[in-house]
Amino acid sequence: MTAGPVVPRASGPTLVLGAPEIVRALTRIAHEILERNKGGSDLVLLGIPTRGLPLAVRLAARLAAVEPGLDAAALVGSLDVTMYRDDLRHHPTRAIGATQLPASGIDGKIVVLVDDVLYSGRTIRAALDAISDLGRPRAVQLAALVDRGHRELPIRPDYVGKNLPTSHHERVRVLLTETDGEDAVLIEDPDGGAR
Amino acid sequence: MRHLLSTADLDRAAAIGILDTAAQMAATQSREIKKLPTLRGRTVVNLFFEDSTRTRISFETAAKRLSADVINFSAKGSSVSKGESLKDTALTLQAMGADAVVIRHQASGAPHTLAHSGWVDGAVINAGDGTHQHPTQALLDAYTIRRHLVGLRGGADPAGRDLAGLKVAIVGDVLHSRVARSNVLLLRTLGADVTLVAPPTLVPVGVETWPCRVSYHLDEVLREQQPDAIMMLRVQRERMTAGGAGGAFFPNPLEYTRGYGLDARRLRLLPDHAIVMHPGPMNRGLEISADAADSARAVIVEQVANGVAVRMAVLYLLLAGDQRPAEAAQSGARPDRVLTDERVGIA
Repeated sequence: MTAGPVVPRASGPTLVLGAPEIVRALTRIAHEILERNKGGSDLVLLGIPTRGLPLAVRLAARLAAVEPGLDAAALVGSLDVTMYRDDLRHHPTRAIGATQLPASGIDGKIVVLVDDVLYSGRTIRAALDAISDLGRPRAVQLAALVDRGHRELPIRPDYVGKNLPTSHHERVRVLLTETDGEDAVLIEDPDGGAR
Repeated sequence: MRHLLSTADLDRAAAIGILDTAAQMAATQSREIKKLPTLRGRTVVNLFFEDSTRTRISFETAAKRLSADVINFSAKGSSVSKGESLKDTALTLQAMGADAVVIRHQASGAPHTLAHSGWVDGAVINAGDGTHQHPTQALLDAYTIRRHLVGLRGGADPAGRDLAGLKVAIVGDVLHSRVARSNVLLLRTLGADVTLVAPPTLVPVGVETWPCRVSYHLDEVLREQQPDAIMMLRVQRERMTAGGAGGAFFPNPLEYTRGYGLDARRLRLLPDHAIVMHPGPMNRGLEISADAADSARAVIVEQVANGVAVRMAVLYLLLAGDQRPAEAAQSGARPDRVLTDERVGIA
């Protein structure tokens, strides 16, 4: 596991992973994916918007760098799970994102779901439902940049960037250059104290 | 957004939001499995006081594709034909636990009354009231126009974009048309330039306050303005020439067709990219010729498919989220829980 520096930020949130640690974690996950699946054939990376998608794109680029035969762009798709969530009634209406599968589809493929934070597992449950409406992959695996625990469903990641034990009231924020202008994983404590 | 009663209630951002959601809904409708679990456990009532098979089927399809339970309530053959009031019908629906009521009524303003009376807690969606509004029709028209003309011209994804710079001609019976009223407001909100074309007898009083131009000459509009989209309105024959004194709006159908019908000749006056629209059902040979209706530019059948996607979007936006966060915070209970308990009490 990558041992990231735990540095309190001036304003309160604690930096758990910085840009170099995120790069290393993704590179390691890419190698693990290739090792477990004995190469990159039949792989599809489905990023869960918003931040799972840029992570899937980055992973695909690393896979293609290691396995010269792979076309990074053809590996990646996005999977919006909003319409499959079971908590829609308890939140304000969410905007629906795009679902775009690679041209090859997902039938018979090994689908790797990519998300930024793994928490209750409900997003992944929704994603599994969404996938079963789209086709029948040979296997579905799960990659998460951060696993913060507190699972409410029997779901377990196959690839983890960093295991991050947290308490329920803390907030984990993943920032990515593509969406937020910087790469960082932060923990915020609403009560003010840094970890 | 709590109800959808009129396109006048939609600002530019809300309208674009609905169109973008509809685009995502449309994308799910090309899949093998079209059904989504999104509104499971929710009940949508189609309350139709006026016959409209297409609109009802479109709403029913949309609700079912989102896994909602659908109850169709038609006034004909129901207690309404025995004299039950809108209020009592509404209270019955409330007792049955309707989360949304889709209402079509011959009286302008009936959906507004239903939404603001407190008789039902659910969302009210106007599916056409009298000569007033038909907002989902206007939204599906705007969606169709955007899909064909905005993406094409800009060469980019139409998502998030309005209809600025597009010219739309709406032709025919504007006087009786809720489609025309809804469309003028929505298309204007989205930045399009609208011209109404109709015989003087079919132009409503007060049209000068509408945000559009009015012309009595179709050929002139086609030649000079070169509209990007032309929307033909349905002419109801029985409304037009029968009825005796004051009932006739033009001498005979042939004269109407000569002045305001879309035929092959007028089709050639349009620019090459222009699309032909019609809310259906069409009177072939009256307001639109078979040539025009079947031409490659006609998007009339596609409008029907887009109608399902747009209605899915509206149902999603009205029903999926928590509609009463403020009240929930005050009462300390989840709003759906409160509603369920009340409903059990009434039932």
